[in-house]
Amino acid sequence: MIVENSQVILSVKNLRAEVEGVEILKGVNLEVKAGEIHAIMGVNGSGKSTFSKVLAGHPDYTVTGGEVIFMGQSLLELPPEERSRAGVFLAFQYPLEIPGVTNADFLRLAYNTLQKQKNLPELDLLDFDDLVQDKLKIVEMNPSFLSRSVNEGFSGGEKKRNEILQMAILEPKLAILDETDSGLDIDALKIVSSGVNQLANPHNATVLITHYQRLLNYIVPDFIHVMDAGKIVMTGDKELALELESRGYDWVTAEIITEKITDKITEIITDKITEVKA
Amino acid sequence: MIDRPQILVQILSQQPKLDNSQQWLKDLRSEASDRLNYLQFPTTKDEEWRNNDFSDLNKLSFGSESGSAAKSDRQISEALNPIDFLDAHILPESAESLITFIDGHYSPQFSALEGLPTGVFIGSLKNFTKLGIDLSDSLSPHLGKYADAKDYFVALNTACLDDVAVVYIPKNLFEPSDQFSDRLPNQLTVQLLFASHIAEISQPRCLIIVEDGGSLNLVETYIGRETEGRETSYFCNVVTEVYLGENARIDHTRVQRENSSAFWISNCAIAQHKSSSYTNNSIVLGAKKSRSNLYIHQLGEFTETNLNGLTLIDGDRFADTHSAIAHNFPHGSSQQLHKCIADARSHCIFNGKILVARGAQLTNSKQLSRNLLLSPKARIDTKPQLEIFADNVKCAHGATISQIDADELFYLQSRCIDLESAKKLLTYAFAAEVITQIPINSLRESLNQFVIAKTND
Repeated sequence: MIVENSQVILSVKNLRAEVEGVEILKGVNLEVKAGEIHAIMGVNGSGKSTFSKVLAGHPDYTVTGGEVIFMGQSLLELPPEERSRAGVFLAFQYPLEIPGVTNADFLRLAYNTLQKQKNLPELDLLDFDDLVQDKLKIVEMNPSFLSRSVNEGFSGGEKKRNEILQMAILEPKLAILDETDSGLDIDALKIVSSGVNQLANPHNATVLITHYQRLLNYIVPDFIHVMDAGKIVMTGDKELALELESRGYDWVTAEIITEKITDKITEIITDKITEVKA
Repeated sequence: MIDRPQILVQILSQQPKLDNSQQWLKDLRSEASDRLNYLQFPTTKDEEWRNNDFSDLNKLSFGSESGSAAKSDRQISEALNPIDFLDAHILPESAESLITFIDGHYSPQFSALEGLPTGVFIGSLKNFTKLGIDLSDSLSPHLGKYADAKDYFVALNTACLDDVAVVYIPKNLFEPSDQFSDRLPNQLTVQLLFASHIAEISQPRCLIIVEDGGSLNLVETYIGRETEGRETSYFCNVVTEVYLGENARIDHTRVQRENSSAFWISNCAIAQHKSSSYTNNSIVLGAKKSRSNLYIHQLGEFTETNLNGLTLIDGDRFADTHSAIAHNFPHGSSQQLHKCIADARSHCIFNGKILVARGAQLTNSKQLSRNLLLSPKARIDTKPQLEIFADNVKCAHGATISQIDADELFYLQSRCIDLESAKKLLTYAFAAEVITQIPINSLRESLNQFVIAKTND
């Protein structure tokens, strides 16, 4: 929801980043305030996933310019774990499997690290179990998943639910969901979306990165941004998604080209007029 | 006859007096002794010992013959109570079926054999003979029959064979009525504990026989006392032979935690009959140099073999594991997971052979070798080897060598866990996949603790 005068959670200005010498982000600007849900859409390769990984601090990406301010603090100097402890959460497009570590141990370690950071007491096995059992309901997950190795042998939908479970436990200020809808059947999509909706509140913010409009039927965004060639080229409300769905991303490109041509023509005409006047 | 290497001369010269043992044992020994006359001490020129230089072993000088040195050793032994370092390795699950050998000798003091079912024999062969129990008929068809007699170290062990750690489970020990109860089927848990305390050479020998329909949970533990200040090298050369009758089942866990200057060579051979199921969990954590040979012979249809291996070493240690599974009959299956973790300048080797004979149709075999390098100077060699002569089989194999995965680290970091802890957790997890297979809680727990302590170094 859009709240008047709410706190700015994330402010990205002219962010540029490259991977292996290839520039992917070419000046991204974005402002996210508390309570808001933003969706970033765009074709494959437009830089959406890169943007999410750069925010979370993936070591493969080098930031070459711009700034990212999260809750008044610059993010870019912080290692990934400090970003997550500060309240940035990235739900992975492809959550990794960690055979040999049970989901319960993993969740507890993450939770207790965060508790320590906040100078709050760490939870023992039993107390933590109470907490987790409660959170499991948010994603309608079977408790048996807790004793299994992290994501090992989980289906696509189970992995994504597990991501939302982690989010429920860590209670981030800013949740970035990278293609959380990919590979989900309609039932899993509903469960995951409902989980995200339950966790959204006036004090946190959500950024959905998605290719399809489908997810936005379940999680209704306040803003939709279209990314193209490493930049946010268009911003609108939820109606934009429908337009994109019916007209395709080519339409955006066409719009931009039209806009650019118009600009250029205006420029030429202005020049001419000036010339003629002179 | 070839020149006998130094080590052999030394070892044979220290053989105990063996005159009062039974004839079949004498025959076995002299046969092996003769064989040593033409067997060559393995060198890196032998295919099976490539990358594997044990010539240091020959440079060791064991137990000088002078009386004074021997005496002072004896004084040391009196001063040091072995209980201090044995205690931590005795498993509560098998507290009443424990055989301990210290420096190659049966220790009644640290063994406990109580309330064993009738017909079950667990203990030292020498001790049985002393007690007037003659097991020749049960043991002689098996002893020395499964281990590769042409292997140098097997021959050496047999030539010096003095005592044998015996586990004998007779046919259909447990009544089938048990199957309706809620409890798991009765399975004896037995521990064989071999401790190198002060001796410089020990050659443990184990014979495990589980006859038709029997079941056993067996743990073999090898430990060595870490000597403070003084680095004593010693040599432990073990041979274990295992027999599974039809429908028999063995869960076999072997843990090697010799001290950091030890040489450890192990030959373990398993003969599996029809519909038997054998699981081996081998954990190698110690010794300066170790070599483990594991041979599985499937000798009937529908046999099932599971091998899980973990080698975790650091410093400049060296650990080599060779395994071979021979599928000789139809419908056999095998599954193998071997993992090596090499830190510092250590060197791990894995060589896993899967043999499928012409007649072994419908064999289903899977092998996976996964290896983790923790330091730029560590080295791992892995070699899956498949020899398949049947045309209707399923055999999968794979091998990976890698460092800790950067994406996995990032995943953990993005969940608040710092880089160092993430590395430790992933190393632990890598090892845990094998350790969790061990069917004994206390052992699993202590190995987990060991790995956690290692990753915290």
